[in-house]
Amino acid sequence: MGEPIIKIENLCKVFGPNAKSVMTKVAEGISKDEIFSQTGHVVGLRNINMNINRGEIFVIMGLSGSGKSTLIRHFNRLIDPTEGKIIVDGLDVMGLGKKELEQFRRHRMSMVFQHFGLMPHRTVIENVAYGLMVQGIDKATRHEKAGGWLEAVGLSGYEAQYPSQLSGGQQQRVGLARALCTDADILLMDEAFSALDPLIRSEMQDQLIELQDRLHKTIIFITHDLDEALRIGDRIAILKDGELSQVGRPEEILLNPADDYVEAFVRDVNRARVLTADVVMQPPVCRLTTENLDEALRQMRGHKHDYGFVFEDEEYTDYKGFVTRELIENEIDQPGKNADLSDLAEEVFSVQPDASLEKILPTSLEQPYPVPVVGEDGEFHGVVSRKSMISILSEKDESKVG
Amino acid sequence: MATESWLTKFPEMERADLVAIRKGLDATYREFSRTYGDVIESLFNPLLKFLVWFEKLLLTSPWWLVIAVVVALVYMASRSWKLSFGVIVSFMLIGYFGMWDNTMRTMSIITVCTLLSIFMGIPVGIMMARSDRARSVVTPILDIMQTMPAFVYLIPVVMLLGIGKVPGVIAVVIYAIPPVIRLTNLGIRLVDKEVLEAATAYGASPSQRLWGVQLPLAMPTIMAGINQTIMMALAMVVIASMIGVKGLGQPVLKSITNQYFTMGLFNGLAIVALAIIFDRVSQAYAKRTQRHLGGMQDG
Ligand SMILES: Nc1ncnc2c1ncn2[C@@H]1O[C@H](COP(=O)(O)OP(=O)(O)OP(=O)(O)O)[C@@H](O)[C@H]1O
Ligand SMILES: [Mg+2]
Repeated sequence: MGEPIIKIENLCKVFGPNAKSVMTKVAEGISKDEIFSQTGHVVGLRNINMNINRGEIFVIMGLSGSGKSTLIRHFNRLIDPTEGKIIVDGLDVMGLGKKELEQFRRHRMSMVFQHFGLMPHRTVIENVAYGLMVQGIDKATRHEKAGGWLEAVGLSGYEAQYPSQLSGGQQQRVGLARALCTDADILLMDEAFSALDPLIRSEMQDQLIELQDRLHKTIIFITHDLDEALRIGDRIAILKDGELSQVGRPEEILLNPADDYVEAFVRDVNRARVLTADVVMQPPVCRLTTENLDEALRQMRGHKHDYGFVFEDEEYTDYKGFVTRELIENEIDQPGKNADLSDLAEEVFSVQPDASLEKILPTSLEQPYPVPVVGEDGEFHGVVSRKSMISILSEKDESKVG
Repeated sequence: MATESWLTKFPEMERADLVAIRKGLDATYREFSRTYGDVIESLFNPLLKFLVWFEKLLLTSPWWLVIAVVVALVYMASRSWKLSFGVIVSFMLIGYFGMWDNTMRTMSIITVCTLLSIFMGIPVGIMMARSDRARSVVTPILDIMQTMPAFVYLIPVVMLLGIGKVPGVIAVVIYAIPPVIRLTNLGIRLVDKEVLEAATAYGASPSQRLWGVQLPLAMPTIMAGINQTIMMALAMVVIASMIGVKGLGQPVLKSITNQYFTMGLFNGLAIVALAIIFDRVSQAYAKRTQRHLGGMQDG
């Protein structure tokens, strides 16, 4: 992650018979509607700059007509830009000749379509193997491979059916298998799940996430559904009238919308479901590293707290557990030698960094102290307090007023 | 004062000028056909040879063999026993009423004309579908071909090539080819944009797109065009008989001039029988091969 695989620079697209002539107007920043009424040309995209990183799911969002399909079709040059650069892995896609472009499409990118784009006159297995057939790979090899991908999407047994005999969800699985079958490392998905009903859609999202965990492709995913974007996206770009409004991680978009358009998008989102522990967590106020119980009590009093988080080391990484003042006082009152603080520390309810607030809320309302955030290997990240959760969840109401 | 003015009478061209134009054009064309007629005729020689050979084949083969072959073809195309049985009955009746030879001649010319129309029409249709420019050129030509009375373009063809099979075939093809061209163009243009886009996105070359996606998906529409072309070719048979095409058209023509009602009716019915057979068989074939496309039209 972090290394860009696709770079888009100053991309502009104007639809119309004399697109170049309109470019000066586009550069002057005249609005889309005005350009249309003056010249009859439609501005599809205006000055798009973005980087897409290797291995991420990059979601492009926007209302109908905002240019999402136009943008994604530039990646594999189903549409040629009026101006601008598209660079994939250092390769200038605009510089490719006809044959080179075909090779590029065969091996680097594959695409999943909103209405599936399956070939009705080919069987399911032939559809999945289509990309390989185009490459000239022999039938036995390509069908064997296609069979494997068909199994991966849960459709083995349907090889000899025709697409029209399948349900929508099954057809899109065929579309997905076809895209995966060419081993292209970049996957373009244009509203791939929009035509499916909600239940099937969330099933497909799960399947995509699960496949992505295994395959680590670079996925560019288009949707007009913010919930879908937040669910699967590592980063989200928001398009408005062919211009990029904002690019960022889901919580950035949610917490700091760049303009009113983005704001309107995120207004009705259930933040508790989207925001995760690592977004709201803070370092704990009271960290105890001493083994001496009296010293611990003194530190607690210094922080004006009745509890503390116990660590083995001064860097606060080796997390031992949680203690209350009551617990320490009881131990001191006990006859005999006192136990060490780290032995006294209890394990309490903790969450992983990617846990949604929705999951944390119920428990945190029951216990009076913050919930520790602990990673898979036991490393300590921070704590989520009730107060910080409530303030972030109610923030949108304040911003609406403001 | 003059009683006539350009308000009451159309300001016509001088009669003498008109005659001069007619004579000039006619003379030029006659000159052209006299100088190049033989060359052009020799170009069509292979076609003529094939026509003669095919007609002879149908005429000299024993009747039962012809019926057997035709029925086999019909069954292969339609997989329908009912249709095959209907074909046997029709041919028996045609033969029994003494129209066997003429029917064979008509079948031979229709077959050749249809094949010619398909082999010339589909490429033109593909060209039209690929370029809007080509479409805007070809469409008006097709309009003229379809609306111009057939007799009018028989004249130059006859002047050029005389009377006989080849001019007959040319006339029939001119008359019958527009539907294949139009519907090939239409069928390719109607191919689901997303499916074609998918092919492109997976790196298909233009010819892989044409053969693997556009033509197969346009096939139902193209088949409808072929079907219409066959029907129009059959309709043209009577007119073509005026320029020496032998077959069921000639007795019909003779019946008109001599007022033989029954003879006209019988031969007419034979043409109808052929038409129905060709129509049903080509439709059944189209339907059978396109069955799996069933639910996709709404896609
Ligand atoms: N071939 C074209 N010719 C002219 N204008 C076009 C063409 N394709 C797209 N447009 C215009 O470009 C703009 C963006 O269209 P695009 O299809 O990219 O939108 P979208 O965001 O994908 O919308 P949707 O959610 O409806 O799919 C629209 O205003 C559209 O009218
Ligand atoms: Mg779209």
